[in-house]
Amino acid sequence: MPEQFIWGIEVFLNGLMAGVLYALVALGFVLIYKASGIFNYAQGVMALFAALTLVGIMEGQVPFSHLINATFGTEIHHFGWHVPAFAAILLTMVVMIALAWVVNTLIFKHLVNQEPIILFMATIGLAYFLEGFGDMMWGSDIKTLNVGLPQGINPVIDEVTYNIFDYGFFIDNLDIVATVIAAALVFTLIVFAQYTKQGRAMRAVADDHQAALSVGISLNFIWVMVWSLAGFVALVAGIMWGTKSGVQFSLSLIALKALPVLMLGGFTSIPGAIVGGLLIGVGEKLFEFAIGAPYLGGATEIWFAYVLALIFLVFRPQGLFGEKIIERV
Amino acid sequence: MLDATEGYTTEDGRKIGGVVMEMKNITLRFGGVTAIEDISFDVHEGEIRAIIGPNGAGKSSMLNVISGFYNPQEGEVWYKGAKRPPMKPYQVARQGIARTFQNIALFEGMTVLDNVMTGRIRQMKAGLLSQALWKGKAEREEVENRAFVEKIIDFLEIQHIRKTPVGRLPYGLKKRVELARALAAEPSILLLDEPMAGMNVEEKEDMSRFVLDVNDEFGTTIVLIEHDMGVVMDLSDRVVVMDYGKKIGDGTPDEVRGNQAVIDAYLGVAHD
Repeated sequence: MPEQFIWGIEVFLNGLMAGVLYALVALGFVLIYKASGIFNYAQGVMALFAALTLVGIMEGQVPFSHLINATFGTEIHHFGWHVPAFAAILLTMVVMIALAWVVNTLIFKHLVNQEPIILFMATIGLAYFLEGFGDMMWGSDIKTLNVGLPQGINPVIDEVTYNIFDYGFFIDNLDIVATVIAAALVFTLIVFAQYTKQGRAMRAVADDHQAALSVGISLNFIWVMVWSLAGFVALVAGIMWGTKSGVQFSLSLIALKALPVLMLGGFTSIPGAIVGGLLIGVGEKLFEFAIGAPYLGGATEIWFAYVLALIFLVFRPQGLFGEKIIERV
Repeated sequence: MLDATEGYTTEDGRKIGGVVMEMKNITLRFGGVTAIEDISFDVHEGEIRAIIGPNGAGKSSMLNVISGFYNPQEGEVWYKGAKRPPMKPYQVARQGIARTFQNIALFEGMTVLDNVMTGRIRQMKAGLLSQALWKGKAEREEVENRAFVEKIIDFLEIQHIRKTPVGRLPYGLKKRVELARALAAEPSILLLDEPMAGMNVEEKEDMSRFVLDVNDEFGTTIVLIEHDMGVVMDLSDRVVVMDYGKKIGDGTPDEVRGNQAVIDAYLGVAHD
């Protein structure tokens, strides 16, 4: 078997794994968009904020320590305790639910029935506020996040592939874990939406506010629930990305990578977000491997996803799985 | 013949219960426009009560007051013997007042079955966790509610479209699905906003039959708004007539028909 082909398989597998992470972020967008028609630009920042909070809680960091020290002339930075990862994740989830409630109560409750562009602008405001707030609360230095997920090359895959191809594949354990968790998350979300009372209510609100009210669904409850779900997805994405490349403010930029994923998969489809993420992940890695690096001087990963999305926009604007847009005249 | 607590017997011999809802001196304004001015009327348990009037008379506003979409500036709503505080529409719905809309408000992307199931939200009490585990109470609840919904679907003869997304259905069937969803809530009062609007003669006859059957079979109290005089007079036990936001008549169809103010305002006696 030619070496190029074997390497290609490895690139493909790594692309799949990277795609899972894109899909995780895209999933948060889809949830909010489906239920409230809001395109939440802040989804990436929410992932960052969740990761920052998680690290802060685990390491016993004092929130707003910079502000406190500057105001009172003190020198406190840490409480001096360490919280176990599992408890810290639960606490962070509580923070994300509180954030969901605050965001809905202070902002989006008052913007019901506004134009989509106004809602979108509000989420941009939210994104930058949250970025600054996260910075103020936990500091802006790059932090390492370790919640005990396995990392490094998977020896089993390395050995098996070495025996078959005479070449050991490098697959990161963390990517495998991310894939399993993402799959479980998607499965749970789909079951939730299809088979529970709250899920049915969520779909109902997404479809028609007035009708939802008339059958006894509280819009506010559903919106807080959806923002909390998006916060949960952001937390999962934050953990994965944070573990992989450290918790840093560039994390919020991965939100932009979720945009082409959504254009491919459609803004309204949970499976679409997953398939879109995988396609972009695999597409950009394979393109770089086969065409970008040898012929175009590399670094095609930066723009490949957007160009692919552009092509999709022209030929299939609703994405792969999105609801077909039919305008009656 | 009318008694607030005792109820009455209709011309066709049906027993009607006591007062279940009473509107007292309701006034609703939008800025400077008075949509409803000092209107009072009551609804007895088990009756079919119609609100009629020309376009812009304030009929839909009245229905929206009852269902909590509007809160009136003045007046009181009494429901089941207690004064109702200002409420959100979803709270009213949870009290057992279900409604349909003039322009149909269905969940277009969901199937007929799912749409009707949303009507059962009031009856489903299992928490998220027990649903997640899909055990005991939650499962029993889902099965029971599903059985009730299937009964409603059979009753309204929409079995053949159970799995069809509502968005694909023709207008007349959508109206029927909306009625099914409202009925699924087992409401104590069912509010119908122009149930025959935009229907052809055959569809109107079907809908009239369903309204009568619902009242007969489930004993549901029905408050309906309708344009079509013929339909209203055939269907309802008692009629409130509105014009320019005021009540100009209240009584049995025969009484209302003979009321000079009603004839002048609504039937246009000038053409005789």
